[in-house]
Amino acid sequence: MGQAMTRLEGIALDFGYPDHPVGRGVTLALAAGEIVCLLGPNGGGKSTLFRTLLGLLPAQGGEVRLDGLPIATLARADIAKRVSYVPQAHAGYFPFTVRDVVLMGRTAHLSPFAAPSRHDVGIAEACLARLGLAPLADHVYTRISGGERQLALIARALAQQAPLIVMDEPTASLDFGNQIRVLDEVRALAASGIGVMMATHDPDQAFLCADRVALLHGGKLVADAPPREAITSGTLREVYGVETTMVDVALPGGGTRRVCVPARGA
Amino acid sequence: MTARTAWVAAGALAALAIAVALAFAAGRYPVAPGDLAAILWSKVSGAPSDVAPTVEAIVWSVRGPRIGAALAVGAALAAAGAAYQSLFRNPLVSPDILGVSGGAAVGAVLGIFLALPVLAIQGLAFAFGLLAVALVYLIATSVRGHDPLLVLVLAGVLVGALLGACVALLKVLADPYNQLPAITFWLLGSLAGAGPADLASALPAIAIGLIPLWLLRWRVNLLSLGDEEARAMGVETTRVRLAVIASATLMTAAAVSISGIIGWIGLVIPHFARLAVGPDFGRLLPVSATLGAAFLLAVDTLARTTASIEIPLGVLTAFVGTPLFLWLLVRSRRSWQ
Repeated sequence: MGQAMTRLEGIALDFGYPDHPVGRGVTLALAAGEIVCLLGPNGGGKSTLFRTLLGLLPAQGGEVRLDGLPIATLARADIAKRVSYVPQAHAGYFPFTVRDVVLMGRTAHLSPFAAPSRHDVGIAEACLARLGLAPLADHVYTRISGGERQLALIARALAQQAPLIVMDEPTASLDFGNQIRVLDEVRALAASGIGVMMATHDPDQAFLCADRVALLHGGKLVADAPPREAITSGTLREVYGVETTMVDVALPGGGTRRVCVPARGA
Repeated sequence: MTARTAWVAAGALAALAIAVALAFAAGRYPVAPGDLAAILWSKVSGAPSDVAPTVEAIVWSVRGPRIGAALAVGAALAAAGAAYQSLFRNPLVSPDILGVSGGAAVGAVLGIFLALPVLAIQGLAFAFGLLAVALVYLIATSVRGHDPLLVLVLAGVLVGALLGACVALLKVLADPYNQLPAITFWLLGSLAGAGPADLASALPAIAIGLIPLWLLRWRVNLLSLGDEEARAMGVETTRVRLAVIASATLMTAAAVSISGIIGWIGLVIPHFARLAVGPDFGRLLPVSATLGAAFLLAVDTLARTTASIEIPLGVLTAFVGTPLFLWLLVRSRRSWQ
């Protein structure tokens, strides 16, 4: 880790494909230590934006910079040491063990012809333990549940030891308990100096953990602000076309938390 | 897992040793394991052995090279198959399905047709094999909106059919008394003609292919997750993929140029190896190569001893490989799903 100033920024970014533009003019940044939630409707281009920010898709216009350098000029290993990526969980094709999957996160730190060492295995085991997956280490990745796979992919991103993590809907396939566990972990990561950008469908998750919320609608950012400013009845109506009410709930330990309540049936 | 890997490795090596001993022992002039050991020892120590010179000649100039060729070709085909399967994230691909064998066959038949020396035949086999796999990959990536696994296999079948037509054309044009029988027999797969010279030209090519595969063994694992994830974890996928394709194709072409077309090994053996040691390429590659060598040697021993004529290897591996693969398909769906 070490690089406290690591910063990933998209500047006036047009993203998508040459024959199929998805978004235009998006400016969005992630710095170490902060949590940015990206909200937007299904098919709204959140994954495409992430892939462009990670340099996996070429920007159609504008530029992505990592620590001030154009991402297109950096070697993949240099990018991977600074930003890790948690894709949406998938089944995969080959029956790797959960330990091997997490170990793959160490690749950027290995020389091209090397296999992971004992030291790398130790880091992978620690990341597994951190997410409560130690008992599953020898299980086959393709046979564990969708939620466990998602946690394993987060453990893999941790093993990569990058100061920034981009997560594509990390709670999508998780049950309630695992969702809370992942959000707690995200907050713990931010507290330890790691920057997390995550896509989510749940405004309450943004209220729970985000420092900033970016709202993506119709390929444009309609908000990039602290949660209470970005998520309002007005913006949610604009983005999702539904009526909501914001409620501040008093917490037993003092303070309040804002939650978003659907207006229908109220 | 490591204990299991050790057992599997020991089992594969034992199978290899048994296959070698049986291969020397079987045939018109059986060589007993004791005699074999004595002959090998005399070569090492320099002292003359008390084994009959005929037997010694059989070991060094007849059976030895053939056994060496069987081991090298089996190992090369199985290792290449394992590499292609990881690379294309597809347990159904193999040198034959991807058109590599077919392309190499066109190149080699062209070489025989033009009466070229062995090294040129190998070069042509490599060039055409590479061309074929490039064509298959190009078709598979340019057809969008279908299941990519299905498209890849279909593209392989298509290109394979085209290459088959090229081979058929060359056969029609070939001299029916000298070239055609050689081509036909060669297309069915045989090690009967494999001599020390063939071995000397194929072995370096196979080794040159095997070394990068071994060096890149960890990165190959990441390629099997797909391009995007592999790149996000720091792998320069284009470079690694090219290196792996070139290496596996070189090995296949070298094998095809001395043995002809031998199917099924590149498909079935990596499957077995994956069932035994899991998908980690660092374990899959050596176990596949060892099992492939043992399997082809056993099949070749059968081919030259069961009947008064030589049974073509391609015929035997298909007879053995088809039911094996069916059994695997039914039994091990979960191993890659």
